[in-house]
Amino acid sequence: MRRSAIRRWSKWTGGALALFAGIALAGVATPHPAAAQGKQLTLCWAAWDPANALVELGKDFTKESSIDMKYEFVPWTSYADRFLNELNSHGKLCDLIIGDSQWIGGAAENKWYVKLNDFFAKEHITMDDFVPATVLGYSQWPKNTPNYWALPAMADAVGWTYRKDWFSRPEIQAEFKKKYGHDLAPPKTYEELKQIAEFFQGREIDGKKVYGAYIFTERGSEGITMGVTNVLYNYGFEYDNPKKPYQMAGFVNSPDAVKGLEFYKALYKCCTAPGLTNAYMQEGLDAFKSGQVAMQMNWFAFFPGLYKDPNVGGDKIGFFVNPAGPKAHFTQLGGQGISVVATSDHQDDALRYIKWFAQPAVQQKWWELGGYSALKAVVDAPGFPKSAPFAPQFLESMAIVKDFWAEPSYAQLLLDMQKRVHDYVVADKGTAQQALDQLVKDWTKVFKEAGKEASN
Amino acid sequence: MSAIIHPNAAPVDRIAPAPFRAARRVRGLSDRGIAWLFVTPTIALLLAINIFPLIWMIRLSFTSLNLSMSYLPIRFVGLDNYVDILTDEDVWNRLQMTARFVISSVTVQVVIGFGLALLINRQFRTHSFWTTIILLPMMLSPAVVGNFWTLLFQPQIGPFNYVVGLLTGVAPSSFSMTGEVGLAPWTIVLVDTWMWAPYVMLICLAGLRSIPDYIYEAAEVDRATSWRQFWSITLPMTTPFLMLAVLFRAIENFKMFDMVNLLTSGGPGSTTELVSITLKRAAFEKWRTGYSSALAIVLFVTVFGAANIYVKALNRVKQR
Repeated sequence: MRRSAIRRWSKWTGGALALFAGIALAGVATPHPAAAQGKQLTLCWAAWDPANALVELGKDFTKESSIDMKYEFVPWTSYADRFLNELNSHGKLCDLIIGDSQWIGGAAENKWYVKLNDFFAKEHITMDDFVPATVLGYSQWPKNTPNYWALPAMADAVGWTYRKDWFSRPEIQAEFKKKYGHDLAPPKTYEELKQIAEFFQGREIDGKKVYGAYIFTERGSEGITMGVTNVLYNYGFEYDNPKKPYQMAGFVNSPDAVKGLEFYKALYKCCTAPGLTNAYMQEGLDAFKSGQVAMQMNWFAFFPGLYKDPNVGGDKIGFFVNPAGPKAHFTQLGGQGISVVATSDHQDDALRYIKWFAQPAVQQKWWELGGYSALKAVVDAPGFPKSAPFAPQFLESMAIVKDFWAEPSYAQLLLDMQKRVHDYVVADKGTAQQALDQLVKDWTKVFKEAGKEASN
Repeated sequence: MSAIIHPNAAPVDRIAPAPFRAARRVRGLSDRGIAWLFVTPTIALLLAINIFPLIWMIRLSFTSLNLSMSYLPIRFVGLDNYVDILTDEDVWNRLQMTARFVISSVTVQVVIGFGLALLINRQFRTHSFWTTIILLPMMLSPAVVGNFWTLLFQPQIGPFNYVVGLLTGVAPSSFSMTGEVGLAPWTIVLVDTWMWAPYVMLICLAGLRSIPDYIYEAAEVDRATSWRQFWSITLPMTTPFLMLAVLFRAIENFKMFDMVNLLTSGGPGSTTELVSITLKRAAFEKWRTGYSSALAIVLFVTVFGAANIYVKALNRVKQR
């Protein structure tokens, strides 16, 4: 009996070994060159719609190069925390990183990224082929110098969506015209936007109470700053004296800037949905998709997804550029460049990816899949404005973008602004003048610590 | 004293040499040596993961180190970071906010926890079932609690506002528990109490169960009323347990971070920004390592000092 048990076991073992060997052989025989060579690159970015498009695009690179692509995508709210921590600790998680535009100063000064000038020269990649605002915003440090640390990867800016179907209803149009004396149309100025938002606020449409506008109010990361700057720029806010760098008094807290901040608060108070006191991109998408708001501030990166939405997309959605203010017409720059991480063990392969990504055909496919190319060959092509319903607004926006500080100390500058603005707009603490005066003090202190004295 | 020896057991003289042999194997080591042998790994670990980082942090607190600008030379700045912290109005505001949160939260938790313990101690038929139900929130992760209360408090779809609306007639979407300056601090107290009052209940229950029945029996013989029994027996004899609960909860609440961060992110504005959130932002978002080390030391000294005073008071109560 014992002998038969042993025989049975040896049969089982033999069978299992044969199966294992078969699987192993099949694995070896499968023509997957990447696995065969064992090459792999890890690309780090935020977890959002364009990241899915990049995964799709990356399959072509693997096919062409036999290098497997692995992705580390982190939600926006912890994106900066997670990856700046990784870069700061000289980690080897990422070979390639699509880092936020404001990181470029710190990444260059701290040597987190590989400088790409020699590589660009060798591979005949020229920054003249890219939209100037993206080169300045995502690649250069120091700004306006030919020192490149990233290839513009994902062009982006703040734009607006609106409910085209609501705007076009005859009864709504008639009522609006009766009330304001002009047609209801996508706003060109912030005053118009507020008027439209007030008109829709609390209105019942299809048996549901709706609200005027959705704007950014998030406190923890960058949300409210990325929202309020769209208004501040257009009311005359400047980060510093254009003629005297780091001189901020009278520019950050100028009377025009104060008016801009007061306007943002007025818009928040009059025309947003209740409870959106700590809301950023996702909350905006939720509010728009659920039919709560007439107009939504958000990044262009989300517009392809919104256009495809079965409930609010297609003919129901329209897009417009960030409205102008009394003093200027700008919009907040978003987007990122792609860089090679200096601690990566696979820098050659990572550079190979960047070379592949910079090709016009790849950039064209990137745009078609839902990414936003910054290559002039793509965006300046005659067919581009008609290639998507939001393409004309995107082009217009990229010509008027302005970015937040990209200094190495940007995180401190950003968090100071988050605090001062949120305190005033959402928590009703103090006046706009006090908030901006305090911001000047905070920023002056930060620059002093960084050895960049602001001679106020 | 007599010993019962099993008939099959080996004779005593054959068992005794075993430990003796073991002792001989480690010959050359004194009792103290053996004690050190056992204690050394623990001490080494303690030094490596507690004491060394603490000393390193104290050292960093006197420097200008900022990890987002690690290319800058690290300067010795003396007490500058401490002066910065102690003269910063915002830091004082955060400390006051934290103190208010700790005091209100612990007070409410002690009252509710003690009340629940008195109820559960009554040994009614389904008391085990109710004990389990009451303890459930305590078993959840603070991150989970923060996330699901955020949903419950959502003004338009959250059940909390709906129930309040039903009871009071106020429109559910007309107020935001986490977004209004007047409500947000109470919201974090509410959620913290929901989660941790059961913990206080457990400690109080242990206290209540430790009171011998004969004391109550004697009180009944003396015809003491229930109220009199509560004031003269129950409360004094559970006071050390209550004080222990207050100590544990106060220390925990002083360093509360995760739940509040998820519920309000310290907002609206800085209304619910506890000092732990300020510390996290300084250390891991602004990367001001020198400054945040100094802030951590200030907080450590505050908690350590307060806890010491409190423990002395607790010992005095125990001795009474």
